[in-house]
Amino acid sequence: MSKPFDSNGKKPAAAAKPNRLGNVAEWADERVGLAGLAKKNLRKVFPDHWSFMLGEIAMWSFVVLLLTGVFLSLWFKPSMEEVTYQGSYAQLRGLEMSAAYASTLDISFDVRAGLLMRQIHHWAAMLFIAAMIIHLMRVFLTGAYRKPREINWLIGGVLLLLGILEGFAGYSLPDDLLSGTGMRIADGLVKATPVVGTYMSFFMFGGEFPGHVIIPRLYIAHVLLIPGLILGLIGAHMLLLVFHKHTQWPGPGRTNENVVGYPMLPVYAAKAGGFFFIVFGVTTLMGALLSINPVWKYGPYTPAEVTAGSQPDWYMGIAEGLLRIMPGWEPTIFGHPLSLNVMLPGQVGPFIIFGSILAYPFIESWITGDKREHHLLQRPRNAPTRTAFLVALMTAYGLLWAAGGNDILATQFHLNLNWITYFMRVAVFVLPVVAFFITRRWCISLQRHDNEKVLHGYETGIIMRSADGAYSERHEALGSDEAYTLTARDRDEVYVPADGEDANGISSKQARSDRRRGKLSKKMFGNNVQKPTAQELEEAHHHGHDDATLIGHDAGQH
Amino acid sequence: MRFFNSLAGRLSQVRRSRLAAPALLMASLLMTGGIVAVITPASATKYSADADAIAKGRALFLVGCSSCHGKNAEGIQTQGGGQYGPSLVGVGAAAVHFQMETGRMPMANPGVQAPRKTVIYNQDEIDSIAAFIASVGPGPAEPTEAEWSVAGATNEQIVRGGELFRTNCTACHNFAGSGGALPGGKLAPALTGVAEKHIYEAMLTGPQQMPVFSDGVMTPQDKRDVIAYLKSTESAPGYGGTSMGALGPVAEGVFVWIVGLGALVGFAVWIAAHTARTKKGSNA
Repeated sequence: MSKPFDSNGKKPAAAAKPNRLGNVAEWADERVGLAGLAKKNLRKVFPDHWSFMLGEIAMWSFVVLLLTGVFLSLWFKPSMEEVTYQGSYAQLRGLEMSAAYASTLDISFDVRAGLLMRQIHHWAAMLFIAAMIIHLMRVFLTGAYRKPREINWLIGGVLLLLGILEGFAGYSLPDDLLSGTGMRIADGLVKATPVVGTYMSFFMFGGEFPGHVIIPRLYIAHVLLIPGLILGLIGAHMLLLVFHKHTQWPGPGRTNENVVGYPMLPVYAAKAGGFFFIVFGVTTLMGALLSINPVWKYGPYTPAEVTAGSQPDWYMGIAEGLLRIMPGWEPTIFGHPLSLNVMLPGQVGPFIIFGSILAYPFIESWITGDKREHHLLQRPRNAPTRTAFLVALMTAYGLLWAAGGNDILATQFHLNLNWITYFMRVAVFVLPVVAFFITRRWCISLQRHDNEKVLHGYETGIIMRSADGAYSERHEALGSDEAYTLTARDRDEVYVPADGEDANGISSKQARSDRRRGKLSKKMFGNNVQKPTAQELEEAHHHGHDDATLIGHDAGQH
Repeated sequence: MRFFNSLAGRLSQVRRSRLAAPALLMASLLMTGGIVAVITPASATKYSADADAIAKGRALFLVGCSSCHGKNAEGIQTQGGGQYGPSLVGVGAAAVHFQMETGRMPMANPGVQAPRKTVIYNQDEIDSIAAFIASVGPGPAEPTEAEWSVAGATNEQIVRGGELFRTNCTACHNFAGSGGALPGGKLAPALTGVAEKHIYEAMLTGPQQMPVFSDGVMTPQDKRDVIAYLKSTESAPGYGGTSMGALGPVAEGVFVWIVGLGALVGFAVWIAAHTARTKKGSNA
């Protein structure tokens, strides 16, 4: 534990000699009143933990995206007008292509640092969404979405969705063979909408695919509309973060009412500010060393061409995977085909996965009926059902992701493409369930282990032999700090619904809902291991004093 | 007319003769043989001259190839009616040169497709087997260097080759020629590091899963352009840095999670662990 910051000086404060900087600051303060705001916020305390910096990776990669994106927009021509390429890349010289593709080639080969900027931009985009997802996982696993942070949870979800859309719009802009193939799939997804699909596609492309308007339209969405929304929502996300204050891990001195950490200035500003340069550095290194989206190799988009290894960027991978493993169901209804083979995997599947994780906090709070504010985080093991739910989703996500790259798996690991598909069709339903139960049991045994440690101390690894020859491992009591940390959590209460029947034995609607809630609550919390009671602790310690050195590790014998 | 009538009459008198059937057979054989000799391309007879090579090739074929392809290269059918080894009648010397010079044939074990492997036959042996296969039926001959060489290709031809490549080849072989998967464990192999001659022969003969791009479909010049494009991209520098296998966005996704995010989470752990006021070893 560090000492609280001591700001009380011994001598009374004296006004410093006015200096030039001070004069400027005062001039500004008198006109915009920044000092009051700064005074409060510069002392804002942030708790320190590596997992609290995952969202920062996303934020800083977004800043990198803005910087490199401005650079790219100076040269990119969002036009599908046919031009003849006359740039430096010999293998395509003299070909007819869209101005968008030609200008992307120019950025790559004829603009100084253009290729580097393009690659940084693309890597930062992939990183942006990856960082948002692991940030989401951290928030989910630690229960940081609980009251009062539900709105911020939803804002985060919308940010993720917007980020994915923004990424899709971005990698469609160069109008190379790969991005054109991606647009064709998007066109197919839109067309799979019953009744209005064709109309929607025609509105989108301004006529038959590919038309002449989609690139300029995507461009405006990519450089103005979506980034504007993302920027605004990041602002709201951060404001709410400041307003709610950051959550913290439980520990001695840390309560639901305080935040223990370091002030914004100078410590946290240096850490967070420094992290920006690290993120910029890592994306620049990747941009400089690793070739991403080599558009010149793909060639210009022609609807007649396609290439093996056509995949979307990773964040669209699950939609791709769903499409690839979906059986070809296309029933005909009243003489019209209903493209379930595209509609279910493309329009329904990803939103079920996305929606279920966004809705989970609300379902959980309905089941617990917990209306208190929570500023202390939960360890993933202490919410076994929640943790298991996320691991199940991660399993499904990972499998679909792999299914989206089934051809690469087939060639790289010498597997049969069809078998991968058949395996995935079953695995996406079975393995998440298996993962759920394994994770939940795993969490519960970790909870038991924590209780063991609290009650009987930790295993020292010292084996003792008693006078009559029995062996046992010596346990040593935990430090009080650690014991506090392990037990600084609420007991889970299984909700038991009241008997809601009226005089005639008829259940009210409310009672039926309560019974459902009770059932779910039992499923969700019934198996959890609760922290030891004070009495249990007392007994264990008392017991410990009797034979301090001879404690076997079987809890049953005590 | 009268002449024909009298001829028919005279012929009908001898139609029951003992010599009539053999004579008719002889006449029709001569006629068929004559027509075949006139319409068959010269390449079919190119190797037949070298009887020694054919005999040597046949001997090698009987040892190394006949267990699957049959003693006379007629192919062997499985009991289910499938092909154990396909008939090689008419595949030509070009197919033999491609399959054997890339080590695909003879196969080490049965499978859906023969993978590229170390060549164990020497050039003379391969030439002999090619001569034997060419002798059992007409087929494309081994292309000459003038046919496959792309030494003097112009940039215009390279660009044209790129167009042909993207239209006809990338769907299976990938945009960078890195190869791709086909159904049922089959695959389109990588084209990088493959000799010009073998790419030419592959297009000409359509080995394994590949369609035949005959000279009528894709002219020798088209084939050379495709090869010229492939060779020019192969020798081009890696403009953007390491290509990560040139496999497309899947490899990029792997790298962003493992390298990019891995490094940054590592940095986050490092930053959180080191604070101005944290003494090493303290529990803050």
